[in-house]
Amino acid sequence: MNHSQLAAQFIKDDARTDWHDKALWFVRYKRDLQTKKVPEWEDLRKLASQIKANVLSNLDNYLVQFEENAIKNGIHVHWARDAHEHNEIILKILTDRNVRKMVKSKSMLTEECHLNPYLIKNGIEVIDTDLGERIIQLRNETPSHIVLPAIHLKKEDVGETFHKFLGSEKGASDPNYLTEVARGHLREQFLTADAALTGVNFAIAETGGFVVCTNEGNADLGVHLAPVHIASMGLEKIIPRQIDLGVFLRLLARSATGQPITTYSSHFLKPEKDNEIHIVIVDNSRSEQLGREDFRKSLYCIRCGACMNTCPVYRRSGGHSYSYTVPGPIGSILAPGIDLKKHASMAFASTLCGSCTDVCPVKIDIHHQLYKWRQIIAKEGKISFSKRTMMKLMGYFFSRPKLYRFAGSMVRKVIPVAPRFMLYNKMNAWGKERELPQAPKKSFREWYKSENKASNNEQ
Amino acid sequence: MFGEDDIDLVSLFKENLQFVGGKVLEINDHQNIEACIADVYPFVKNRWSNVEGVGSLNINAEEIVDAHDLKDIDLVVIKGEFGVAENAAIWIPSSTLPYRVLPFITQHLLIVLDKSDLVLNMHSAYRKIDIYSASGFGVFISGPSKTADIEQSLVIGAHGSRSLLVVLR
Amino acid sequence: MNQTCCGQPMANSGCENESKATASLFVENFNDFDYIVGAAPSCVGFVKEHYDILDQNQEVIHVREKIYDITEFLLDVLKIETIDAKFPYKVGLHQSCHSLREMRMGQSSEINGPAFSKQKQILNMVEGLELIELDRTDECCGFGGTFCVTEDAVSAKMGKDRVADHERNGAEVITGGDISCLMHLEGVIRRQQKDIKIVHLVEILNGKTL
Repeated sequence: MNHSQLAAQFIKDDARTDWHDKALWFVRYKRDLQTKKVPEWEDLRKLASQIKANVLSNLDNYLVQFEENAIKNGIHVHWARDAHEHNEIILKILTDRNVRKMVKSKSMLTEECHLNPYLIKNGIEVIDTDLGERIIQLRNETPSHIVLPAIHLKKEDVGETFHKFLGSEKGASDPNYLTEVARGHLREQFLTADAALTGVNFAIAETGGFVVCTNEGNADLGVHLAPVHIASMGLEKIIPRQIDLGVFLRLLARSATGQPITTYSSHFLKPEKDNEIHIVIVDNSRSEQLGREDFRKSLYCIRCGACMNTCPVYRRSGGHSYSYTVPGPIGSILAPGIDLKKHASMAFASTLCGSCTDVCPVKIDIHHQLYKWRQIIAKEGKISFSKRTMMKLMGYFFSRPKLYRFAGSMVRKVIPVAPRFMLYNKMNAWGKERELPQAPKKSFREWYKSENKASNNEQ
Repeated sequence: MFGEDDIDLVSLFKENLQFVGGKVLEINDHQNIEACIADVYPFVKNRWSNVEGVGSLNINAEEIVDAHDLKDIDLVVIKGEFGVAENAAIWIPSSTLPYRVLPFITQHLLIVLDKSDLVLNMHSAYRKIDIYSASGFGVFISGPSKTADIEQSLVIGAHGSRSLLVVLR
Repeated sequence: MNQTCCGQPMANSGCENESKATASLFVENFNDFDYIVGAAPSCVGFVKEHYDILDQNQEVIHVREKIYDITEFLLDVLKIETIDAKFPYKVGLHQSCHSLREMRMGQSSEINGPAFSKQKQILNMVEGLELIELDRTDECCGFGGTFCVTEDAVSAKMGKDRVADHERNGAEVITGGDISCLMHLEGVIRRQQKDIKIVHLVEILNGKTL
């Protein structure tokens, strides 16, 4: 099913749609409150965008520099061409060390690579430790938002899941109680894990170090207790210098959740004592996107999710209506580059309102890229026959004034007299929840001519 | 760029600390921290500290051979290197910690910070950090651990510390 | 008098090619004028931004430079400071996405910058007109061109939510600069059989009475 069909299903539950919409709008609202407190906010966005442009133009050099420095500090660096290689590399690190249980903090990259099912299939127990991710892991669902994975669930849903899997009280729904249950359960996991995996928010070429930002403390509890820390990183996550972190850490949490900074911003440079740190740098079609002049700016993304929170379509259709791991506006400009046919409907799940572009902390021109993807999708024949035909017809009629006027006058004559069942039926998508516009008596041209005549007569 | 001007760093820091769910206790140099916090944590059975004037409590250093042995710590008291007013973040380099897990595994966290060690924003912060001397790891801590993953309800105390008290002197 | 359309619907649906002929006709029709004024920021915006699909000859460049939305034209070119019009009603202004985030005729709520709105400025010149404040000042109405039929469920829901916002805040009339948004909102209002009137901003400036 494409976005339009899944969205229609989502919207059927009107009350739930309102609840979902309000919950995410609230995050956008909190973001606004924070950004208005930073007078230089727009300058920061511009600066971040410029830093990312510099990174992409020199990506090879920065990556090599990063690897050199990381290795000097005792970090193992691995390179993965695609999702499969990423998964294989991680499995090998784990099996070489007889790891049975691995705890994992949030990493959209590992979602993208479908790491969990791969590891589980190969005998590794994987526990997602971010609260939202643990909830959906127990429910066997995918995240519906890149920062708030369980935003589509109500507290009663969580209560039910925890009762079923963690033995909490039946019917419980108090977030404080449920979080306490999760705290106890996951603490056990941290203490008994053989390895811990995290994502990477920023990797610094200058030092060979990297930063992981969390609110819950789950990433740190995982990596500082387990002897092996694996960090999964998309190759576009690199930034040039330590000092550049100042710009990005001021933008990230404010954009994502409306906090001035996440509770923990952990800076890793060297492993602790005899522990190990492995970093897996992943391409998985990013270098291909880099080669697309119109779309390479999508690689600036720092995965804040602000575009999702502000998108009026995302808020009313939910992350599961989108066919790609990363949903919403940013997902819709990344996905077509990965599979044009499969994700075509994502590029059209937008009114091109431009709100996403205005909230993006790194100034990705998201809605312009959506427009450009549409041209490619249409050219490749991936839009429906009916749409293509409708566009051809419009193109034909609208470029021929006489035909255009004829069509207009037919519509003006028919709409006022046609019986209602003819105008409002399954074929009229507009008419499902709206009345058709009232046809004016005269077209603009007719009106203009008669007005001119009248005023000429007056003279 | 993005300078300090005439901003009251202490007020801004306190305001933001409260916003992120932390608490503050202002003391002057002569006051004894241990005495000041005696009432704050009546339930604390054991305590680890690297702050001068605040002793560890019921911690047998010989019994701790591994980070896992810290799992039952109630309170960790650390000296913060410096604080950032715009977001109440405090820099903790691991050079001062025998185990990196200490600030995270504890039920409650107390950070002692000198008012003279406040900067305005992250740009100033990074000018102060020498990442190479931090001994391999450093963390900005802003408030207690938290989550809003359950229906966007903010819950203070997720997996990390349940509370953060900053003693500002 | 041979004008038809700016070509936006086809281009936004991915069919830029189908809009080229229409766009050329537009240029043909309008390149003789010193100023071209439109009553729809989305169309005017499309000409300004996307007529790079045509070869940039003198006519095309001229048209792209000299096209204005009527509010822009009145304020920036004619520099009017008063308007002789009366409209004693509570009015909700729907600032279209194109007027804000393409044409920048007003500050969008996402941006941390000085507040300004040319449409509000001009409406405030109308006697008796009271602008109401919305909960969400500039959320998209959901029209979106062919979006309104290809994603009709989301489109209608967005339209309903916009109307509800205006209603909640006491609007007797909803106005705006973009006829497409207004047509969409009016469709919702009439289906819901609500009393709110839809009046184009230019009609208000022209002294329309209800």
